[in-house]
Amino acid sequence: MIQTDNLTKSFGDHLAVDRLTLDIHAGEVFGFLGPNGAGKTTTIRMLSSLIAPTAGRATVMGYEVGRDDQQIRRHVGILTETPGMYERLSARRNLTIFARLYEVAEVDRQVEKYLRLLDLWERRDDPVGEFSKGMRQKLAIARALLHEPPVLFLDEPTAALDPEASRLVHDFIGELRSEGRTIFLCTHNLDEADRLCDRVAVFKTHLRVVDTPGRLRRQVYGRQVVFHLAGPAETYLGLARALPFVGAAEADGGKLILTLDDPEAHDPDIIRALVAAGADIQFVGELRYSLEDVYLQLVKDDTAAAA
Amino acid sequence: MDKIKTIVAKEWAEVFKNKLVLFSVLFLPLILAMIPLVMLVVFRQAGSSAATELNDPEIMAMAGALCAGLTAADCTIVYTLNLFVLMFMILPVAIPVTIAAYSIVGEKTTRSLEPLLATPITTTELLASKIIAAIVPAVLATWVSFGIFLIGVRLLASPAIFAEFFAAQWLLAILVVAPLLTLLSACVAVIVSSRVSDPRVAEQLSSVVILPLILLVIGQSVGLILINRQIILLMGVVVLVLDAVLLWLAVRLFQRETILTRWK
Repeated sequence: MIQTDNLTKSFGDHLAVDRLTLDIHAGEVFGFLGPNGAGKTTTIRMLSSLIAPTAGRATVMGYEVGRDDQQIRRHVGILTETPGMYERLSARRNLTIFARLYEVAEVDRQVEKYLRLLDLWERRDDPVGEFSKGMRQKLAIARALLHEPPVLFLDEPTAALDPEASRLVHDFIGELRSEGRTIFLCTHNLDEADRLCDRVAVFKTHLRVVDTPGRLRRQVYGRQVVFHLAGPAETYLGLARALPFVGAAEADGGKLILTLDDPEAHDPDIIRALVAAGADIQFVGELRYSLEDVYLQLVKDDTAAAA
Repeated sequence: MDKIKTIVAKEWAEVFKNKLVLFSVLFLPLILAMIPLVMLVVFRQAGSSAATELNDPEIMAMAGALCAGLTAADCTIVYTLNLFVLMFMILPVAIPVTIAAYSIVGEKTTRSLEPLLATPITTTELLASKIIAAIVPAVLATWVSFGIFLIGVRLLASPAIFAEFFAAQWLLAILVVAPLLTLLSACVAVIVSSRVSDPRVAEQLSSVVILPLILLVIGQSVGLILINRQIILLMGVVVLVLDAVLLWLAVRLFQRETILTRWK
């Protein structure tokens, strides 16, 4: 659905995006993570034909950036970093304007549909200047969807929103995903990316890594299983290390933490071995690192490599 | 065309909520129409002797052909009102500045430019709509204002004086040159608006286009020049050429990428 091949963007001497190569599938929610100034917004602007690449190429739905810009603009929806509404005009008027610019066939019907879906119908005739941040953001999301684009670019959709409004936006993104839309999500909210994205890319001028959140965790930390024991775990450390499928083992009080390639296959063997050795196992669970841990580790590695 | 109509309607909906713009479009033309009419009433009340007193031979000499076939009193009135009629040529330059100067820079400051440029609107459509939104109210205000002036002159002055203003020279100026001036002013304001980041700076820089007309008004009032049909025709041709150049320049200078990334 979205392909980039060595996509590059420079502003004078400043290299903003360096040889980005991606292949995003139809119906995928793709998280694009990176620190401030990493080039995320520049990438979105290139892919939505707002700015031209300096080198490389990109296609969106088969349309080529730089050649089929009008077609791309017709088929993508973009939620910009700031909502950017006409504040003196009503919510309905704002959406009507954009529906006409996007050549929507049934303007009134689409405007009503999205005002209702995003819970703004009751305030439809109020000037947007009187809206809260959350309401403006919802209105901006509605604007991005009026022409039913198959591809959506969302730049920090929940930035500066309270938890309730964020939840609403997350649920809405979930609905959009179930409709089969392809969503390119730039976010700083790693919990959001973890919950919503099929795959995530960590990006800082160049692509650091791209994979599913689960595989990224495994890639960085491996899979770790914690065996909570009644006594000190130290006692069983030697036994665990002797097992051929255990990658690493450590003890922390009553917790025995083992790194395994395939916990589903080997957990029963370990449990049997521990019980045979006299351990009282209280419960077993997989240690789950947050995407934030993974991200910070990757960015740290990147910074160290650059130094 | 539908996109142009949409943006024009949006511009008007937004801009007419601004009191300064409302004043410049509604009240300024009315005031400009009323001042010469008030002067006409004053002349009438003062009677022919007062008018003759104002009938300075030097003015008569400068007025030259302007006074052909008029009495000395009528000539003085025509000469005086001529100065005010030139003010009607300032309207089509001043009004678009207040509307168009805000057009692009306003979208920048409210951050609505990026979502707007993300739609399938072409640069030509966008600029055309911004320019149309600025010139239509200006042209209408100028025509209505001059119309009120003409009606007033018809009611308050002699037929000979009315004929001086309901003449080819002023009809050409108001019906043809004024719209051309409006286009020139709107183009300058849109170009400036797309190059700066502050609406006030945009308005101040764009206002420079009014200066040549103010110089014309001053020139006529101090007797340096007398606006006649030839000068108005020449003005029309020059403005037409400038319009063509500025329209081309406006499209050339409107670089979407530069505007989005450089002017913050």
